[in-house]
Amino acid sequence: MGEAMRILPSGSRGLLLELDTLEDVLRQYAALLDADLPVLDLVPAGRTILVVADRETNLEDLRSQLRQVPPAEHGQQEGSTVEVPVRYDGEDLAEAAELLGCSPEELVQRHQEEDWTVAFCGFAPGFGYLAGSKFAWDTPRRSSPRTKVPAGAVAIAGEFTGVYPRESPGGWQLIGTAVVDVFDIDRDPPALLVPGTAVRFVGQP
Amino acid sequence: MTELTIIEPGALTTVQDFGRPGHSALGIGRSGACDRGAHRLANALIGNHPTLATLELTLGGLSLSPDTDITLATSGARCPGVPHLAAFQLRAGETLTFGIPETGLRTYLAVRGGIDVEPVLGSRATDILSGLGPPVVSSGDVLPVGTTERPVPGVDVAPVPEPTNELMQIAVTPGPRRDWFDDEAWALLTSQTYSVDSQSNRVGVRLSGEPLQRLREGELVSEGMLRGAIQMPPSGLPVLFLADHPVTGGYPVIGYVDDLDVDRCAQLRPGQELRFVRAGR
Repeated sequence: MGEAMRILPSGSRGLLLELDTLEDVLRQYAALLDADLPVLDLVPAGRTILVVADRETNLEDLRSQLRQVPPAEHGQQEGSTVEVPVRYDGEDLAEAAELLGCSPEELVQRHQEEDWTVAFCGFAPGFGYLAGSKFAWDTPRRSSPRTKVPAGAVAIAGEFTGVYPRESPGGWQLIGTAVVDVFDIDRDPPALLVPGTAVRFVGQP
Repeated sequence: MTELTIIEPGALTTVQDFGRPGHSALGIGRSGACDRGAHRLANALIGNHPTLATLELTLGGLSLSPDTDITLATSGARCPGVPHLAAFQLRAGETLTFGIPETGLRTYLAVRGGIDVEPVLGSRATDILSGLGPPVVSSGDVLPVGTTERPVPGVDVAPVPEPTNELMQIAVTPGPRRDWFDDEAWALLTSQTYSVDSQSNRVGVRLSGEPLQRLREGELVSEGMLRGAIQMPPSGLPVLFLADHPVTGGYPVIGYVDDLDVDRCAQLRPGQELRFVRAGR
C-alpha cells in the first residue's frame, strides 16, 4: 500500500486515488468499502478510485485516513459467481474473431471459459466493464461506432467485455445477446454486475 | 390529491431534488437540481423540507394550472409575470405563466407539499444523460403534489443576490490531470475570457475561446469525476460539468470549480462571459 497509491486533487469534495493496475484498484476498492470512512461515494475505474466526501468532511483529514487503509487480499467479492446466459448471435462475431486471430467458435468458447470480474461501471447505469484473467483480450473498437446498440447486447473491446443495459450508441464489437436484464431499477442493487463481482457467461441455444 | 396540469412546458422543464448520491459505482450519476441553493431556497420559502422535489425551468416558458388552491415560491432566474423569492397563492383553475428571464438561466418552482412523482432509486430527479427519473415535463402532463405539515415561514421576500448577465469570475483549483498541460496552457485557462456556448445543457457548460494545447499525448484511462470538473477534450475547449455529468470520463480534468460555486455556473446563459481565476490559496 501507500507507495503505489497516489492521491490527486479532484475539487472541493473529491480525492482521486491512482493505482498501478486494475487488480490494485479492485483490492483497494474492496478495502475502502469495508473501511469506516466519512465518504458519500466511491467510483472505481480502470486505474483510479474517486473518493467523494460530504461537505462536512475535511479533505486533508480524509487524505491521511485513506493512506491508512491497506488493500484487501482479494479484489473479487467472496461468494458466488454471477452467471449470465448469452446467445452468441452478435453481428460482429466473425469480424471480432478475425481481429483476435481465431475462429468464431473459439472466440465463443474463450468468452465462456474466461473468469471475468466486474472492474467498474460507467457509460450508462449498470454498464459494467468486465476484465478477464486467462486470455490476453485486446479487441480493437469498431472503426465507426453504431448509433444504436440493442439492449442486452454482449460486446468486447480492448481488455473488456460488457453487456449494454439499454439501447444506446456504442463502438464495441457485438458478439451476443444476454437473456437477462443487467439493470432493473426495481431490483436491489439495480445493477446485476457491480464492481468486484465474478462473472461467467453461459451459452444458450 | 392536488394536481398540476402542464399547459406549456417551456424549453426544458424537469422535476428535480438533490439527486441520487451513492450509486456512482453502478454507473449512476447523482443528478439533481443544477442550482441546488436556489432549489433549497424555493422549498424553504413555503415550509417544504429541502428534499422535496421542485420544477427546474430553463429560460422560463412554463404555464400550468392547479386543481385546488396551492402555495408556491420561485427562486433562481426571475421570470416576468410571476412573483419571485416570495411565497404566493394560486387559486384552483387559475393559470400561472412564466415569461423568459432577463438574467440567469434556471428558475425553481416549489409547490407546498412538493412535486410527488414516483421516486427512482430514492430521488425524483430527471437525469437527462442516463434517462433515469421522471420524463421531461411536457404539455398535458398532470403532476401530483404531496402534502406537508411543516409551518409556512413568515418571510415576505428572501434577500438573496440574483443572477446577472455580467462577466462571471469563478475560482479554479488544479485538477487531477493538471500535469497534462504546461504552465502556458494553465495561464491561458486562467486569463482568457470564455463565452458560454449554446450547446450547454444540464450535463455541462461548454465554453468557447482560444483552445488550450495538451502537453501529453495518448489516452487517459476513464476515471471518476465530479460536478465542477473542467474537462478538456481534444478540441482544447473546456466543458464545466453540471448535475447530469457522466460518472466517469476519458478526457483529462485540468481543474475544478469549488462545489458551491457550481450553483452560480448553472445560471450562465448562452453567450454570457466567464473567466476562471486562480483560487487564492
